[in-house]
Amino acid sequence: MKAHVYVTLKTSVLDPQGQTIQNALRKIGFTGVDGVRQGKYFVLSLAKGLTLEAAKAEVERVAREVLTNPVIEEYTYRIEE
Amino acid sequence: MKFGVLVFPGSNCDHDTYNVISEIAHQPVTFLWHDSEDLQNVDAVLVPGGFAYGDYLRTGAIARFSPVMQAVKRFADAGGIVLGICNGFQILTESGLLPGALMRNAGLKYICKQVHLRTETTNSLFTNQLTKGEVLQIPIGHMEGNYYCDAETLHQLESEDRIAFRYCTPKGEITREANPNGSLENIAGILNAGRNVLGMMPHPDRSSEKLLGSADGWKIFSSMVNALATR
Repeated sequence: MKAHVYVTLKTSVLDPQGQTIQNALRKIGFTGVDGVRQGKYFVLSLAKGLTLEAAKAEVERVAREVLTNPVIEEYTYRIEE
Repeated sequence: MKFGVLVFPGSNCDHDTYNVISEIAHQPVTFLWHDSEDLQNVDAVLVPGGFAYGDYLRTGAIARFSPVMQAVKRFADAGGIVLGICNGFQILTESGLLPGALMRNAGLKYICKQVHLRTETTNSLFTNQLTKGEVLQIPIGHMEGNYYCDAETLHQLESEDRIAFRYCTPKGEITREANPNGSLENIAGILNAGRNVLGMMPHPDRSSEKLLGSADGWKIFSSMVNALATR
């Protein structure tokens, strides 16, 4: 089982890197993109024998307590069986 | 009074900070290795600049879990004096000893230059040798110094007089141009609620001797020495 965790800045927090990418996209002619938010992506390989419920609980704790700084970041994740 | 300078793998201002205490303050000082919870009975803890644990994941994110930081948290909770400089400030926010976070500089560049700071409060163990409004020239050297906190926290910092320094012009004006990194309200340094923990991005360790271009940073260390002597 694997967990895919995506960490991004909260929407209330300015993302200068995302803005810079967006500006570059506009300059080179990608008119179909209205905004860019940059983030981080983690793949966690989960221990064998974990139930789905236990895996979710573990991943949520890892994401909340380590992978994100809750002051500025938020996360989403999905589990791949 | 004895000072302790934390050393993480990747710290690179530990010797500068140590040097200020031993050669200028003439006080006993020891290095405290990250892997031990023993603070060796120091009276003040200095968290130096650098790249603790390579700044992997986020600045200060891994350092927060080190054994020495568990001891520093207990020390600070009991009223112990803690100064975090640059990466040290980042580590203190990640550890929850100070509110808010330090984000990537608004201009996305590493900035290394002299800046001016306005002293916002003299009511602290770190600023008692300063006068309110006094302008200090102290260098910065960072990629993630863009201070951010939510509106409620900012209101708390302001109403409790916990903003220690703001970036300013040489004349002490708080302007957008004087803000090097996009920090909220030009914030360069803040205190915890107990006023015994200060985090600041600029480097008083690099400005405590005239030879280095400015000795203004020394006033922060001398405030600490003064506070410890009268405690």
